[in-house]
Amino acid sequence: MQHTAVTLIELGAVFFGLGVLGRLAWRIGISPIPLYLLGGLAFGQGGLIPLGGIQPFTEIASEIGVVLLLLLLGLEYSAGELVTGLRRSWMAGLVDVVLNASPGAVIALLLGWGPIGAIALAGVTYISSSGIVAKVLGDLGRLGNRETPVVLSILVFEDLAMAIYLPILTALLAGVGFVGGLGAVGVSVLVITLVLLLALRYGRYVSALVDSPDPEVFLLRLLGAALLVAGVASQLQVSAAVGAFLLGIAISGSTAANATRTLAPLRDLFAAVFFVVFGLNTDPSEIPPVLPFALLLALLTTITKLATGWFAASSQGVRRMGRARAGAALVARGEFSIVIAGLAVGSGAVSGELAALSTTYVLLMAVLGPVAARVVEPAAQRLVTLRPAAKR
Amino acid sequence: MTPLPGLGTQQEFTTDSGRRIGVITYRDGRMELIVSDPRDPDKICAATDLTGEETNTLANLLGAPQLVRQLSEQQREVTGVTTWQLPLPPGSPFDGRTLGETEMRTRTSVSIVAVIRDGSVLPSPRPDFVFAAGDLVVVVGTAEGLRAAGEIMENG
Repeated sequence: MQHTAVTLIELGAVFFGLGVLGRLAWRIGISPIPLYLLGGLAFGQGGLIPLGGIQPFTEIASEIGVVLLLLLLGLEYSAGELVTGLRRSWMAGLVDVVLNASPGAVIALLLGWGPIGAIALAGVTYISSSGIVAKVLGDLGRLGNRETPVVLSILVFEDLAMAIYLPILTALLAGVGFVGGLGAVGVSVLVITLVLLLALRYGRYVSALVDSPDPEVFLLRLLGAALLVAGVASQLQVSAAVGAFLLGIAISGSTAANATRTLAPLRDLFAAVFFVVFGLNTDPSEIPPVLPFALLLALLTTITKLATGWFAASSQGVRRMGRARAGAALVARGEFSIVIAGLAVGSGAVSGELAALSTTYVLLMAVLGPVAARVVEPAAQRLVTLRPAAKR
Repeated sequence: MTPLPGLGTQQEFTTDSGRRIGVITYRDGRMELIVSDPRDPDKICAATDLTGEETNTLANLLGAPQLVRQLSEQQREVTGVTTWQLPLPPGSPFDGRTLGETEMRTRTSVSIVAVIRDGSVLPSPRPDFVFAAGDLVVVVGTAEGLRAAGEIMENG
């Protein structure tokens, strides 16, 4: 068969398969991300049906997927919301970092992956999946609950933390060493502050630059601007994803709402490719040896996220049940853990086992998160009713 | 006002009975009415989307009695004049007939200042206004006139 024909057939089969998996996922009430990862595992090296012809496409498509994931994340928040979110939740945000990054870092060190591996895995276990969390809160009708603003502002904090963390990780992975890493921190903090200021004051000019009443022109300008900014950021070692995130923040108001509507389908497509590619590049035979560690991490970081939510909600005067709900809502990890692991593995500076561990971990947490959010109330209720019985 | 980053904003108040009642305004302009659970004030037990028209209806439903109270208060200073809300019961002879046909002013010297229908206040109805069963007719007049007006609304 002709090469193009093979590529088209393979790609078509992959997309169609993902569509079937996605439908299945929403029907059973979980995020489709773990199923995409599984799909990738099945098609990749050492998997059930290895696919060879689609690599030239998937390689760049998965990069675009990351850029779009972060761009839409940035579009979701206005600069004003980020600043208020930061002011409200910095304390809880710091607790979140300490509690949830440490398990990943410790396990990575125990596995002998060195400081860079530790920083990468710390990021993987730290960041909650804002996509899954927002979806679950909406589905469970918890948007009006008192703990929800707390949960959302922690997500805002995490996203800002990502904007600082990703450039550091990128610099470290490129092998610039500790001092260079500090330099990257300085540069990224400076750039983020500048962009926030710019977005607060002059956001409408950035918006006007990409805005157009014609949907086709609008799409092209948006995508063009996103890839340009991402490319330049990547060249400056600030990480392509962060460039896209900052552009998303700078675009505001109705332009942001339209941009989200225009780009969401593209994001879904390319992000799906990204997850599949991550699965493709993970060798399934590496999973069994890291499985116990993934399980251990899943257990630890479920507890630490519960504690984070509990702490954050209690500082806002929310009662116990609400604190438990806040904690459980944050348990889900997903797209951004994979983005971090993808960066780390793609650079070749960390062990390939990190990919296997991250895949397994995200598979567990993306399924466990929504389940935890759902069962936390009945579980807590049972605890409360059991306790007096135990005293008797 | 509480910001809900990425979604919109939420405004709420707590009632005397300790329940939170609020409105979430989403970025796209959608509004949702929320009421908290009596056992867990942090949790929402009821939520419903409202269209622009529905929010108006709700506001009027709650605001209409308030309007009557305000009218009465304003007229308290004028001695001998009171405001009443007269229901137009099903089976009233004026169900489906116009305001002019009641000849209310001529017969009782009472003025019809507003009609409350389905929660909406229709101020200063004209003589060709057509009544329907279930309307609340807001009338102003002397106590005697108002009693007579009530009689008319019921029996013609």
